[in-house]
Amino acid sequence: MAASSAVTADYVLKPPPYSLDALEPHMSRQTLEFHWGKHHRAYVDNLKKQVLGSELEGKTLDHIILNTYNNGDLLHAFNNAAQAWNHEFFWESMKPGGGGKPSGELLALLERDFTSYEKFYDEFNAAAATQFGAGWAWLAYADNKLKVMKTPNAVNPLVLGSFPLLTIDVWEHAYYLDFQQNRRPDYIKTFMNNLVSWEAVSSRLHAAKAASSSSA
Amino acid sequence: MAIRSVASRKTLAGLKETSSRLLGLRSIQTFTLPDLPYDYSALEPAISGEIMQIHHQKHHQAYVTNYNNALEQLDQAVNKGDASGVVKLQSAIKFNGGGHVNHSIFWKNLAPVKEGGGEPPKGALGYAIDTHFGSLEGLVKKMSAEGAALQGSGWVWLGLDKELKKLVVDTTANQDPLVTKGGSLVPLVGIDVWEHAYYLQYKNVRPEYLKNVWKVVNWKYASEVYKECK
Repeated sequence: MAASSAVTADYVLKPPPYSLDALEPHMSRQTLEFHWGKHHRAYVDNLKKQVLGSELEGKTLDHIILNTYNNGDLLHAFNNAAQAWNHEFFWESMKPGGGGKPSGELLALLERDFTSYEKFYDEFNAAAATQFGAGWAWLAYADNKLKVMKTPNAVNPLVLGSFPLLTIDVWEHAYYLDFQQNRRPDYIKTFMNNLVSWEAVSSRLHAAKAASSSSA
Repeated sequence: MAIRSVASRKTLAGLKETSSRLLGLRSIQTFTLPDLPYDYSALEPAISGEIMQIHHQKHHQAYVTNYNNALEQLDQAVNKGDASGVVKLQSAIKFNGGGHVNHSIFWKNLAPVKEGGGEPPKGALGYAIDTHFGSLEGLVKKMSAEGAALQGSGWVWLGLDKELKKLVVDTTANQDPLVTKGGSLVPLVGIDVWEHAYYLQYKNVRPEYLKNVWKVVNWKYASEVYKECK
């Protein structure tokens, strides 16, 4: 499971940790073939072309993302770098037979910071549904608290000072084939109920806590 | 007799005041989904009938519905003097109102081939395009390149800058209308590059959509707008 800084430095199109049809019927193989096989692949390939011969060549993905965000006035390589990062994080945020309520420490923290799992669910759902246009919704960790965020296009919590823990892609290409007729709300529900990998979220949270205490 | 008349006048006035209060101090105009001037399948093979139907009946309709809701809430907030409520509604108004404005233009920007879709512009607009961009091909190449390069969702536009009296190519993000890029800009042709505009047919290959959409662009409409606004 990738913690925030372990997402690869050498711009590889890593396959999801499951086969392309493993998320059916909640996310089709066709969607994975296009979303991972075409969209994600293009971000990685285009990033490689973009950094070749530039001062970004050889730098980690994290480094490129943090150094091209430029306070929102995005520099050239940001979109491809951030989208390569976001998509790898997204595949690892899901698993076959996932979704539903977490347990243990994670549930306790959700209840502490959102009052209940149901309140977290509603907030995450609302963020994903109301991100106008392309973007992502996140569960993130900052200042020892869990929070829900939504970001446009390729932006992610790393550039906003938070540790990403979970994400859902709400670009139309993420759901347009499976949830036809513009049914983003159904896609979000399916993700929450059937796809979320709470194991991934847990291990990322541990890494985030370790990272914040070591920098304290 | 006289006393009864005064009483009736007061009663009528009272009724009028009450009904005004019930209906709101003024009524807001709501919007409806405009009909397409052609069948859903009429733009094939450039744009599939399936896309046209979903684009019109689901996406544009949603913008209209949500715009009307936002306007109603705005009306209430204005009447209550709720300034922060008014400000809070601005992004929903911009997004949904923009979506309605942009798509209403888009349907007119397209036409079936047998009704002139794809036919190059003549007259004043044709001349202006050649002057500013060298040729129609030059303009199409520029717009397609900018449309393909747009990150996320948005539109690529050919506009007329009324003040500077020149044609411009520009892009807007999400559902921002062209006027957000400059108050004197008039949209002549807008191409929707949101994924919903092409995904079911062209999947991730946006450049292929952009190559084909020009076969159904309605230059007659763009010419009319150009002549009117010059």
